[in-house]
Amino acid sequence: MAEVQQQGGGEEGGKKRAKKMSTRIDMTPMVDLGFLLLTFFVMTTTLAKPQTMEINMPVKPKDDADRNELKASNAFTILIGDNDKVYYYKGLNNGTDPVDLIESDWSKNGIRKAVLESTQANPNLVVLIKPDETSTYKNVVDVLDEMTITSTKKYAIVPMDNADATLLTEKGGR
Amino acid sequence: MPKVKVHRTSPSLDMTPMVDLAFLLVTFFMLISKFAPEEVLVVDTPSSVSEIKLPDSDVITISVGKEGRVFYNVDGTNTRRKLIDKMGEKYGIAFTDEEKELFSRSASFGVPIASLKSFLNMTPEEQKKVRQPGIPTDSLRNELGDWIMQTRYSNPKAIVAVKGDGSSDYPAVGRVIEILQEKKINRFNLVTDMETRPTL
Repeated sequence: MAEVQQQGGGEEGGKKRAKKMSTRIDMTPMVDLGFLLLTFFVMTTTLAKPQTMEINMPVKPKDDADRNELKASNAFTILIGDNDKVYYYKGLNNGTDPVDLIESDWSKNGIRKAVLESTQANPNLVVLIKPDETSTYKNVVDVLDEMTITSTKKYAIVPMDNADATLLTEKGGR
Repeated sequence: MPKVKVHRTSPSLDMTPMVDLAFLLVTFFMLISKFAPEEVLVVDTPSSVSEIKLPDSDVITISVGKEGRVFYNVDGTNTRRKLIDKMGEKYGIAFTDEEKELFSRSASFGVPIASLKSFLNMTPEEQKKVRQPGIPTDSLRNELGDWIMQTRYSNPKAIVAVKGDGSSDYPAVGRVIEILQEKKINRFNLVTDMETRPTL
């Protein structure tokens, strides 16, 4: 209230002051734009590169004589059926001797436990993975995954043969 | 009596640090982001505990869709240019320079080689609309096998990645694996999503 209003009489004789521009500029539009771009790039970027699972298939033998015979005591077969069904049996299935086919599931105590127990009991065990025509690719990857989890070294994807196909049909897995 | 001055803070606060940070982030994301070419085939890969990452370059991607359609892709314009030359020669199709250029710049495709020429001459909008039947994989017309072989000749460093849809039937993916084995490629990758490793 006590300030003197200088505006009125300052026309003549008063110092001519250069009008000082404020150094602060309104940054709001720039910030808006900045955040818009930021949001755009955050949304569009996919940081995660796809994972891969490396798999090595055995070299195809030229004729049957090159094949190694697998001992029945070292064999462990996983059959993958339709509707996420999974079965396993120990030993080999020659079509005549009865095989004890056990239905399993994808839980912790399912196929994983069976594989783990068998590999621990017999380090030379070879797991044969036989996906049926009705099975999905996801289930095959899941079984391969179980191999990684249980650190099973020897396993192979083998095409389904007739003996196993009938076995699976009997159990209702296809 | 001294006047009590109410110190009024200015409503405009100093936004400089925030702006600095925002632009830093913008620059960061701009530099690291790569624009992925649009994929025509939607593939929902299954998940696995594997922690290996797919390399950035020299990758042959064979995608298998839900209905078993097979799409083929390889990166690198040079590889693709050599590839189209070789494939044209093998199948007796004369691609013009313009078509070769288009092919070397495009991405994943799923048409038989006989209709590749007309497919390349479509506008990008038309290409998106047309339903690509997938690359033939049957033993009579094993075009996928030829694509793989010719790519290996064009770029021997290329590694094979199979990107299958989780809900597709196994035989579709199994057939691709069979072809790979026929072509003496016994080491390949299956593209998967990430999953945490369960404790035993």
